Amino acid sequence: MSVGWNREQMAARAAQDIPDGAYVNLGIGIPELVARFVPEGREFIYHTENGLLGMGPPPADHERDLDLMNAGKKYVTAVPGAAYFHHADSFSMIRGGHIDVCVLGTMQVAENGDIANWSTGAPGAIPAVGGAMDLVQGVKKIFVITQHTTRDGAPKLVERCSYPLTGPGVVSRVFTNLAVVDVTPGGFQVVELAPNVTFEDVEQHTGATILPPA
Amino acid sequence: MIDKRCPSPGEGVADIHDGATVMIGGFGASGSPIELIHALIDHGARDLTVINNNTGNGEVGLAALIGNGQVKKMICSFPRSSQSKVFPRLYEAGEIELELVPQGTLAERIRAAGAGIPAFYTPTTVGTVLAEGKETREFDGRAYVMEPWLKADFALIKCETADIVGNLTYNKTARNFSPLMCMAATTAIVQARHVVAAGGIDPEHVITPGIFVNRVIEVPSPVHEDELIAAGRSYP
Repeated sequence: MSVGWNREQMAARAAQDIPDGAYVNLGIGIPELVARFVPEGREFIYHTENGLLGMGPPPADHERDLDLMNAGKKYVTAVPGAAYFHHADSFSMIRGGHIDVCVLGTMQVAENGDIANWSTGAPGAIPAVGGAMDLVQGVKKIFVITQHTTRDGAPKLVERCSYPLTGPGVVSRVFTNLAVVDVTPGGFQVVELAPNVTFEDVEQHTGATILPPA
Repeated sequence: MIDKRCPSPGEGVADIHDGATVMIGGFGASGSPIELIHALIDHGARDLTVINNNTGNGEVGLAALIGNGQVKKMICSFPRSSQSKVFPRLYEAGEIELELVPQGTLAERIRAAGAGIPAFYTPTTVGTVLAEGKETREFDGRAYVMEPWLKADFALIKCETADIVGNLTYNKTARNFSPLMCMAATTAIVQARHVVAAGGIDPEHVITPGIFVNRVIEVPSPVHEDELIAAGRSYP
């Protein structure tokens, strides 16, 4: 009996909550998989912060253009209707509130919507922030896709982030392998349980107060 | 007639002095002006402050410039790379400084310098350690952090087509920071795959107007960082 969602299923579940016609920015890792699971009858327009709106799937080897990359530095394509622009325009789309949904991975997310996904703050580690702080402050809706716990079993949904914040109070919904969880004024609220997962399972693996499905 | 052509990358970078601040276009490999960077390595100017989104890959281009000990300080948003060991080695040894700037703030600080705006307020970094020590102010009930403009003495830029008066077009996502850097640098030095006569670019298609460009060098078959790395190359 399989318990919970795998990476693809988490991405497919998140895609269900993105409206037709949305301008979407996908983070690196599991969030990238969302593009494979666009629900029937919907169209999403993908933004990549290095200057492309209308990003398409990876090219075949013989169609690869070395000057056409995404923010993860992977080769991509441009769909009909795409546009190129410079970095200040690209981040005007982000900071100016023109992007509808951003899907990010994370190290921690807190019950008040704080997110920490850029640095462990460990001494000597090289800090690297990229566009994460711009995205969480500027995009209208911030979704997070993440395993419910770390490899060591530590909760990633916590009362307060112990790692340095990417942004305070910005996350609206979290998709994990165990559940879909909303950030509400009253804290974490389960809105849907993954197959064969009980609320008690979720509660046990969460480092904060969490409310059962209504 | 104005003619901004310059015969070679070496002559293009010849007046970059020790201690100069140099913006280098490109996002990872795409748009990286490898020939101009390698000319700067040959030239040998030291104690440079370099502004780029990253810190280079492999042992060519920007990574080679850093590895050659010419860079005192990097200003960038993402200094880590799966393909670069040069910057981490120097950083961990305390031999290079790092100013970490979120990507959108980096772009806007450069744009602001080119636009004559000494500072601006942004929501990016509010409530984080990167806002510590910076002036914050509320507008319409929301907090914003003040960020200063970012200028440079020189910009090294790669474009697709230039005309002899300095108008530029780019190729796809190779554009990235380059139009902003041309505006923000005192001297913008550009390598172009094609150099055409005035009128050779439709004015409606110009991305960087020639007023922001000082020198144009034709590099007809530019090497690409990813191809150099795949071939196991290093520079010099």
